[in-house]
Amino acid sequence: MSLQDRLTELRDQGLADIKSADVLNKVNQIKVDLLGKKGPITEVLRGMRDLTPEERPKVGAYANEIRDHLQNAIDHRRSELEEAAVNAQLAAEKLDVTLPGRTVPQGQPHVITQIITELEDLFIGMGYEIEDGDEVEEDYYNFERLNLPKDHPARDMQDTFYITKEVLLRTQTSADQPRALESHDFSKGPLKVLTPGRVYRRDTDDATHSHQFHQIEGLVVDKHITMADLKGTLTLVANTLFGDQFDVRLRPSYFPFTEPSVEADVTCFNCNGKGCAVCKQTGWIEVLGAGMVHPRVLEMSGIDPEVYGGFAFGLGPDRFAMLKYGVDDIRNFYLNDVRFLSQFYKKG
Amino acid sequence: MKISYAWLRDYLQLDIPADELAEKIERTAVEVDGVIRPSEGLKKVVVGHVLECVEHPDSDHLHICQVDVGEEEPIQIVCGAPNVAAGEMVIVALPNSWIGGHTKIKRSKMRGVVSNGMLCALDELGFDEKLVPKEVADGIFILPADATPGEPVFSYLGMDDEIIDMSVTPNRGDMLSMNGTAHELAAIYDQTPKMPTVALTEDANDLADDALTVTVEADEHDVPTYKMRLIKNVTIKPSPLWLQIRIWNAGMRPINNVVDATNYILMQYGQPLHAFDYDKLSAGHVNVRLAKAGEKLTTLDDEERDLLPTDLVICSDDQPICLAGTMGGLATEVTNETTTIALESAVFDAVRVRKTAHNHGLHSEASMRYERGIDHSATQTALDAAAAMIAELGDGTVATGTVAGREETIAPVVVDITLSRINHVLGTDLTMDTVADIFRRLDFPTTINEDTLTVTIPARRWDIHIPADLIEEVARLYGYDNLPSTLPTGQPTIGKLNETQQLIRDTRKLMESAGLTQAISYSLTTPAKAQAFELHASEVTKLDFPMSSERSALRLNLISGLLDDLAYNNARKEQDVALYETGRVFFSQPEQVRPHEVEHLAGAITGSMVPAEWGIAAQPIDFYQIKGIVAGYLKSLALADPITYVASADHPEMHPGRTADIYVGDRLVGFVGQVHPNTTKAYKIRETYVFELDLAALIALPKERQQYQPISKFPSITRDVAMLINDDITNAQVVDLITDKGGAHLRSVKLFDVYNGKHVPAGKKSLAYTLTYQDQNATLVDDDVTAAFDKVLKALTTEFDAEIR
Repeated sequence: MSLQDRLTELRDQGLADIKSADVLNKVNQIKVDLLGKKGPITEVLRGMRDLTPEERPKVGAYANEIRDHLQNAIDHRRSELEEAAVNAQLAAEKLDVTLPGRTVPQGQPHVITQIITELEDLFIGMGYEIEDGDEVEEDYYNFERLNLPKDHPARDMQDTFYITKEVLLRTQTSADQPRALESHDFSKGPLKVLTPGRVYRRDTDDATHSHQFHQIEGLVVDKHITMADLKGTLTLVANTLFGDQFDVRLRPSYFPFTEPSVEADVTCFNCNGKGCAVCKQTGWIEVLGAGMVHPRVLEMSGIDPEVYGGFAFGLGPDRFAMLKYGVDDIRNFYLNDVRFLSQFYKKG
Repeated sequence: MKISYAWLRDYLQLDIPADELAEKIERTAVEVDGVIRPSEGLKKVVVGHVLECVEHPDSDHLHICQVDVGEEEPIQIVCGAPNVAAGEMVIVALPNSWIGGHTKIKRSKMRGVVSNGMLCALDELGFDEKLVPKEVADGIFILPADATPGEPVFSYLGMDDEIIDMSVTPNRGDMLSMNGTAHELAAIYDQTPKMPTVALTEDANDLADDALTVTVEADEHDVPTYKMRLIKNVTIKPSPLWLQIRIWNAGMRPINNVVDATNYILMQYGQPLHAFDYDKLSAGHVNVRLAKAGEKLTTLDDEERDLLPTDLVICSDDQPICLAGTMGGLATEVTNETTTIALESAVFDAVRVRKTAHNHGLHSEASMRYERGIDHSATQTALDAAAAMIAELGDGTVATGTVAGREETIAPVVVDITLSRINHVLGTDLTMDTVADIFRRLDFPTTINEDTLTVTIPARRWDIHIPADLIEEVARLYGYDNLPSTLPTGQPTIGKLNETQQLIRDTRKLMESAGLTQAISYSLTTPAKAQAFELHASEVTKLDFPMSSERSALRLNLISGLLDDLAYNNARKEQDVALYETGRVFFSQPEQVRPHEVEHLAGAITGSMVPAEWGIAAQPIDFYQIKGIVAGYLKSLALADPITYVASADHPEMHPGRTADIYVGDRLVGFVGQVHPNTTKAYKIRETYVFELDLAALIALPKERQQYQPISKFPSITRDVAMLINDDITNAQVVDLITDKGGAHLRSVKLFDVYNGKHVPAGKKSLAYTLTYQDQNATLVDDDVTAAFDKVLKALTTEFDAEIR
């Protein structure tokens, strides 16, 4: 048999072996056996010294061709087997992706905090500062400085928890107004503050009353603040909380520390103003009280009402939350039932 | 204040629907609670004429009546009322009619006799029992003889009226009268109201002065005006039906002609009046003064009251007979035997009346009006009108003259305001004509001089005395709807949270990302709970008059409230609860007027933060998990001073072996641990872990300056050490020693195992740490690390008697 024939035979046999190799190890062994230093092709090449000088390059070239051919076949087979192995592994690792993911513990803000935060951000954007105010106040600041002297009939509107004759739990965040007014330096610009916080009334807790609830007070005082500015601001508040498809109406009201005083109603979002149980058939929902700061309040804080004026408004996040989410019992906000708290999963 | 639409039409020409009128009032003047239609829901209730009335054969109280209801044949109705009789005009509920309380009347049989409907009393038509005249309370109501059988009954009873129920704010006391409301609506609708005139005839032969003397000892501030008239030869009897209708539609009970007349004038003018039985006054004399301590008065409601030195009283023979402006006395009450009336019309100080009403728990139509102020110019007119009415209804005569103990002169209030000021405050561009027209509609006499309006305020609008009040009048009558809507202009301001506010917000977010949900608990609690879990000792701040002991003291910690929340959840089968709260606690300060309010942060966790899921068991909360939450939070604050946890058995409500006080430097800022089993038992909650931190202190403490540290380019080398060590040596001690002896290149010490189970001798535990060495500037040489590590091992052996494994 000529060397060429021997090489052809080795090639055909090798290709057949490679093709039939079903695991990577076998492919590797074939490579060692066939193309290694002690393999048959090397042996054939060694027998070339017996050839004529004319035949030698031909046989040499042919041997290299076969070696490359086999090498390619081995590489190809190897990658085929590797891919099959990966595919087999992936198939074996298949998961039911519809099984629930692992829970990462995640808490959430209280719904009242969400409303307060939303309004804080709205007013910060309009240049307001946030004041915290104390929850235990003097009668003097909570009432007298707000034009509510002792024995004023409007005090009946707010039953009060007293600690001593002169110290009480604030009944309204308006209690912070006189302190904000007297500490502000008007030479540095207008006063624009928002005071959110807890307030207390001597009420028996039931579905619509709570001895503890929240208020947000807004106060703006400058040289030229108008009732139109108040209307625009209140409209913005209502639109932010309830959406801008609703109308806002102002109607006369009475607070001793504002004059004129108004209450603001928004179109009932439940019935779109047609009249329903939520709005007691009126089509309107009362959402806040407001007015132009009473000249006496400015005077008592040492501010000249001829030069400065402003507006104040007060609203109740508890009431807003009840209206917005249809919460039918105010006590829910303070009992902290996780089944209640977890319903408001928006981040504050 | 309940305003009858029918009564209003005496003054004004109004033909708009009542709902529209109510909306107008609400948008322009005062809140309206609703429009009441007394006949609403009632059907087929008609006038009947009792033609025949015989006793029921099988009953001792039922009657069988044949009643003409305007149909061809009379109908038969069985009636149990004692006052039913032939010839009467009565209220008939026909078969299939609807009466009060959504009740349907059907044809029925009563003890075998067919009854085609029902004869009705007023309360059966939906009248509030408190409004039904007492003399008709026990039987059916008898209609006037000229009523037409078969006609609906409503117009005969004023039930076809519409009643606007106004909720009058304290400043608008003027609207607590028909006259005041009529003036208001006249301004709104630009009409001239037809005000009632008083036609009083005095008996020229009889001078009031001869029989009556009035003195006012109280000062002018307390009693600016006190007047009386005498009405003689009065017959006390029920009022005519028209008056009863006005009285009950105003929400009051008809009593008799004298009382009803005073109430009618009260409603009309807003002037409280009081009728005394003249013959029960001593020597025809009354005196007004402050009560003296120890004096007593039995009021009309038959209550004996101990008078206070702040109470204004009317006296006769120096004995109190009436609480001024609040309630009359029983001894001088008008009874059926009364013939001579001494009628009072006065002005009492608002604060005096308010205190008296408050102190005696007596709030009446009169006191409500005095508290809000009354029209000082109407005392005489109202007195004259009432005297004339009583004389007419009681067939009596009015003695000539008013006996005045005191009479004030009323100075008109004049307010100047400029047009530019009005526009400046309202943000409007109103013309002088528009503003002047509003004052004309209000009937406020006004003169204009260039930009200035000089406005004279009638006494009936005592709420107006400064320019801001006039601006309100202009704004509401111009219409708030017509105001422009703008935002404040002027010098811009920077709005942002201050550092404290920002840090509290960040705190909330961190707590929430750690898995805790925000709670808002009650600040008021029991004194015991207020003082539990205390971080710093303090007196508790207590309410003066709490409503209950449960809510009587201000909290000094947040944990108590959170445990209440946990108890609420546990009781409802919610076992996995992780809550946090930020809020104020209140430290009493003996020298200070008010307690010191300090922001705290607390957390409480029970059950598992991650509940059991498929393939994973629940991980019940333990000390190290909650400590991890606290440590992670404290790390985020970048406090400059080191944080240490020191075992503490000093908190009575906490587990003595599982609680750590938390220090920043040497400042105590809080604690973390397991709640004492006795405490959880008392709260009826399961095993619970808590922490409480002085958030205000953490906010105020110095913070680390954030600075970039270059990351070493050179590799680190680690060494592990495991040791057997006495149980009472803490991790902190070991770490401190390793750190102390670790050498210049020791970067970190990390605990990776704690074991005290099998193969560990009693009293010992096995601890294992990884020590990491790294040089910032060079590659560490293995031998150097080994030398440093050996030093540590040696120190552990000698200092703690550790057995290195």
